[in-house]
Amino acid sequence: MNDVRFMIDGKECLGKPGQTIVEAAKANGVYIPVLCHFEGLKPVGSCRICTVRVGGRFMAACTQPLIEGMAVENTAPDLEDMRKSLIEMLFVEGNHLCPSCEKSGNCELQALAYRYQVLAPRFPYLWPRRDIDASAPLLMLDGNRCIQCLRCVRACRAKDGRKVFAAVDRSRRVKIEVDKKLAAHLSEDQARRAMDICPVGAILRKETGFAVPIGRRKYDAVPIGSDVEKGTGR
Amino acid sequence: MGRKITIEPVTRVEGHGKVTIRLDDAGKVTQSRFHVVEFRGFERFVQGRPYWEAPVLVQRLCGICPVSHHLAAAKAMDVIVGAGPGKLTATAEKMRRLMHYGQMLQSHALHFFHLSSPDFLLGMDADPAVRNIIGVAALNKDLAVQGILLRKFGQEIILATAGKKIHGTGAVPGGINKNLSPEERDRFLKGAAPLNIDQMIEWSRAAVELFKDYHRKNKDMVDGFAEFPSNHLSLVRKDGALDFYHGVLRAVDAEGRKVLNDVDYQDYLEYIGEETRSWSYMKFPYLRSLGKTDGWYRVGPLARLNTCDYIPSPLAQKEFEVYKAYTDGKPNNMSLHTHWARLIELLHSAEVIKELLLDKDLQGAKLVKKGKKVAEGVGLIEAPRGTLFHHYRINDDDQITMANLIVSTTNNNEPMNRAVHWVAMNVLSEKPEITEGMLNRVEVAIRAYDPCLSCATHAVGRMPLEVTLVDARGNVLQRKVR
Repeated sequence: MNDVRFMIDGKECLGKPGQTIVEAAKANGVYIPVLCHFEGLKPVGSCRICTVRVGGRFMAACTQPLIEGMAVENTAPDLEDMRKSLIEMLFVEGNHLCPSCEKSGNCELQALAYRYQVLAPRFPYLWPRRDIDASAPLLMLDGNRCIQCLRCVRACRAKDGRKVFAAVDRSRRVKIEVDKKLAAHLSEDQARRAMDICPVGAILRKETGFAVPIGRRKYDAVPIGSDVEKGTGR
Repeated sequence: MGRKITIEPVTRVEGHGKVTIRLDDAGKVTQSRFHVVEFRGFERFVQGRPYWEAPVLVQRLCGICPVSHHLAAAKAMDVIVGAGPGKLTATAEKMRRLMHYGQMLQSHALHFFHLSSPDFLLGMDADPAVRNIIGVAALNKDLAVQGILLRKFGQEIILATAGKKIHGTGAVPGGINKNLSPEERDRFLKGAAPLNIDQMIEWSRAAVELFKDYHRKNKDMVDGFAEFPSNHLSLVRKDGALDFYHGVLRAVDAEGRKVLNDVDYQDYLEYIGEETRSWSYMKFPYLRSLGKTDGWYRVGPLARLNTCDYIPSPLAQKEFEVYKAYTDGKPNNMSLHTHWARLIELLHSAEVIKELLLDKDLQGAKLVKKGKKVAEGVGLIEAPRGTLFHHYRINDDDQITMANLIVSTTNNNEPMNRAVHWVAMNVLSEKPEITEGMLNRVEVAIRAYDPCLSCATHAVGRMPLEVTLVDARGNVLQRKVR
C-alpha cells in the first residue's frame, strides 16, 4: 500500500496506512508525549496528554489513525499549555513525592513535568487518602502514585491469561487493585514487567529500589522525547 | 519588676529555636531555657512505607547532614536484610565510609568557617552586620576561601558516592549502588590545585593551628566559657579508636570513668531513655543506669575525643595528643573546646578520605549482599554533631511499622540548656543593661554544639533574630530585630 502523506506543524511527513498519529510522528522524528499509551498495547486514549489538533478539532493522537493529507498541530502554545495543565492535574490529584520515590529518574510523569517545565502546579493539591497494598511477595502497589493509565491492567496477565490488575469503583473513587492470588505466584520476569509498564512509581518490584545510581537512570542523560527527536528512539 | 528575655530565632544554627531567660526584680536570672519550637514528625509518616525507601526518605529531614541519616537508616536496613555489621562487601562499606567522611569534612568546615569563626575572628561584640562569613572574607579572604573550598571538596566526595551533593541515593539495604571510578578517584587525589586531597589536609592542619593560636591568646575565656561537668557518649571502634561510621557504644563520666562499656548498639533501648518536657518539642535522652537527673550526656566532637582512646590517622593523632595533654588525659568539659575537637576531626576526615581514595576496594564490583531477613534493625552512626540513632521495625509485607530516631542535637539538648544557663548566670544576671553582645554569647554557647534543630525535631526553619525583653506582665520593655 502507498505511504500516507500528512503534515505535523508544517513539516511534510510520510506514514504507513493504519498507523496512529503518535506512531507515524515518531517514525518522522516528531515527539508527541504519551502516558497511558505503551508501545505494543492497544491504545485507549484516556490520559489525553497526546492531544493534537486537526482541522480545528482536538483528538487523541495515540488512537487516531492517519488520514491522507491531514495537517496535525502538535506544538501550538495552547496545546502545550493544555498538556502542561494535564500533567499538573495528575500531580495534584495524587500524592507524588518525587524526592523519596524510587522511580525518580525513570518516571514518565516526572520526566514530562521536566520537559514541560512544571515548577509548581497551578491547581490546589487534593492530598487524597490512598491505599498501599504490599501483600504480594514480589510486588507493591502504591495507590498514592497511581495515575489510572490502565497500562498494568492491559499488559499484565498470568500464564492462563487472567488479568493481574483491575480497575475497581468509578469516577474519583476508581483505583487499581491487584489480584492477590495471581500476584502471589508472579515470576520475577512478570514482576519486573509490571514495574516497567507502570509510567510512575505505583507498581514496585519489592526490595530493589534505588539500585541504579543517580546519573545512570533512564531520563538522567536523555530527557523524555529527545530520543525520538534525535531519531534514535525508533 | 521581673523581666523575660527572648532570643528568637537563634541565629547561625541549623533550624529554628529560641531562648527564654527570666529575670527577677533585681535582674537576677531565675530560669533559662533553650526551646525547639517546630515539629514535623518523620517517625510517624515513615510508617507504612517500604523499608528500602527509608534511607532516601528519612534523610530529607535535614539538608546539612542528610548523609548521616541516609547511612544510619541504611545501616538499620542492613540488619533487616541480614547484612548487618561486618557483613557488607569491602567496596560497599568503604564507599559508605568515603561518603560519610566527605560529609564530616563539609559539615565541620561549614560549621567552623561559616557559622562560628565570625565570633572568634571578629569578636563576640562585633556589629552583627559584619559578624558573619562575609565579614570574615573582608578580614581574611584566604581563610574564607579555604572554608568554602573545604566544604566544596566534601560535597564533591558526596556527589561521587551518593549521586547528588544533597539527598543522594548511594546506600541501599545491604550495600551501595555504585563504586568509585578511577577517573573520580584521580580527580580527588591529583586534581588541579586547590581541589585535591593533599591541599585539604594542609588547610585542615592550618585550621587546627588557627584555633590553637586563638586559644593561646584567649585562654581564660575559651576555657571558662560554659564549662561544666557531664557524661560523654559516642561510638568507638572495638579497639577504642575514633570511628565515625561504626563501633560500639561507650560513655564516660566527667572524670573519665566508663559508665557505658562498649556495648552493642542494637540493644540501645536497654541503655538510653528519652524524657519529654512540656516546653520543647525536643526530647531529653539520658543513660538509664544513671537516671533522668544525672544520666544526661554530651555527644559530638567534644564527647568523641573524650570517649575514644586514640585517632587512627597520624596527623590528627598528633593533634589529639596535644589536645588530651591540655586536660592531663582527663575528659574535656569546656564547651568552646568543642571547636578545637571539631577541627581535629576535620583533619582526621581529610586523612581518612586520602587513605580510602588509595584503596583499590573502592573500584570493586561487589556492591550488595543480603542474608536472612529479620523484622527489626538499629543503625547508629557518628554524625558531625554526634551520635545518631535510627531504629525501625517492619511487618511481613516489608512496610515500616515503627521508627525511632534520636538525633545528635537531641542528645545534646540538656548540655545546650546547661550552656545557656551558664551564660545567663555568668553574663546576663544582675546586669543593669542587656547588650546585643551579651545575647550573642547565649548563641555562642549554643553554636558550640553545632545544633541542627531541623534534625532534632525533623522540621525546617529560617533564622532572622528577634530579641524581646518583656516584664512579668508581658509588657515589651525592649525589642531588637536584625
